[in-house]
Amino acid sequence: MTKISVKVNGKRYDVPDVEPRMLLSDFLRDRLGLTGTHVGCEHGVCGACTVLVNGDSARSCLMLAVQTDGADILTVEGLGSPEELNVLQSQFREHHGLQCGYCTPGMLMTGEDLLRKYPLATDEEIREGLSGNLCRCTGYQNIVAAIRSAAAMRTGKES
Amino acid sequence: MKPTKFDYVSPSTVEAVIEALVASNGDGKLLAGGQSLLPLLNFRMARPSVLIDLNRIEGLSYIKDRGDRIAIGALTRHRDIELSPLIASKLPVMSAAMRHVAHLAIRNRGTIGGSLSHADPAAELPMLAVFYDATVLIRGPHGLRMVAAEEFFVDALTSCLKPDEIVVEVEFPVLDHGGWAFEEIARRFGDFALASIALSVRRTGGGLEGARIAVMGVADTPVRLKQAERELVALPLDEQAPELCSEIIASKVSPNDDLHASGEYRMHLLKHLSRRALRTALASTDQTA
Repeated sequence: MTKISVKVNGKRYDVPDVEPRMLLSDFLRDRLGLTGTHVGCEHGVCGACTVLVNGDSARSCLMLAVQTDGADILTVEGLGSPEELNVLQSQFREHHGLQCGYCTPGMLMTGEDLLRKYPLATDEEIREGLSGNLCRCTGYQNIVAAIRSAAAMRTGKES
Repeated sequence: MKPTKFDYVSPSTVEAVIEALVASNGDGKLLAGGQSLLPLLNFRMARPSVLIDLNRIEGLSYIKDRGDRIAIGALTRHRDIELSPLIASKLPVMSAAMRHVAHLAIRNRGTIGGSLSHADPAAELPMLAVFYDATVLIRGPHGLRMVAAEEFFVDALTSCLKPDEIVVEVEFPVLDHGGWAFEEIARRFGDFALASIALSVRRTGGGLEGARIAVMGVADTPVRLKQAERELVALPLDEQAPELCSEIIASKVSPNDDLHASGEYRMHLLKHLSRRALRTALASTDQTA
């Protein structure tokens, strides 16, 4: 067992007994009770479990919890609240960027990282950026529209 | 879909990593970015007794300008290579290929040392190492050794690394090429390539005085096609050249059928990409001439 200390959504957690083989995704869900992070394929293909680790998006099923000792993690719970959605979340609602919602936490966390790192000037660029996240309901159209709109709001332009 | 039990260590020096590898008696695994190893652990296809995490080692993540060579530390993330202005100016083929390396979340974590050691025959960095004729620096209990990229890749998912060795650096020669192209087709953007080609040319008068070609997705390892390079240089650069170039390249490989595509389809893609690559490379020399 290993002791780790992590900051998740601004709150510090000291956990004394983490088994080395525990995936970050299971740690967030089962140990911290943060079930907003969804587990899909558990081998890095679907993107549902994407979180931000020290500001960079990462598949939480492809990291061990013990690797995050000292790290600063952001999950979907840290973006906004049901009463006060953040910009990207509000655009997902505005554009109906989800149906069943299973992929949504991963889409949002990937979208956050894309918005910070890329110009996202074209739909092609948005689609390339989302290519690592699978959605089986929407056909992606409305997810792309939501991110396009959030990108335009970021630069102060009307979408 | 959960890993089997293992011990976990996170040494802070390469020396301590090698000690841990030796102590594990061939049953230890190195964890760098984890983007290929974690799926293998989750599927229980890999069952190491000890996992040696490299991420606490200082000084293995760098991109250094050594004049006619660029050195990249083994723990350098794909994302850092993608964004590097030095790579963009000195190794433009690599720079262009980086956006094809998986997806952002994976580029944030994955490392060049890990990608080479995993030796996937359809991954960009191994292919670029072969294209550039890179040198892989390896540390083991008996010191340093240097291996040419072409000899490093032995078979699909198999490198020449011994169980107690670790890649510490990859050094890429800066090429004197005029025009170049990198072309790839995957089932989904960012997925492993069904077929891909890197090609560069040096023009002289009406013809070519040099060419370099590497392909992947069409053999058990990425391959440099030296015979095809010589045949391409001998071609007259008329409107037939892209077609003849694609025939030359196709004659040097024989891709197998697998789950993702038939060999015939991979061949079709490679021919198409070869034509496009030569046209793009020649057009880019026209611009710089």
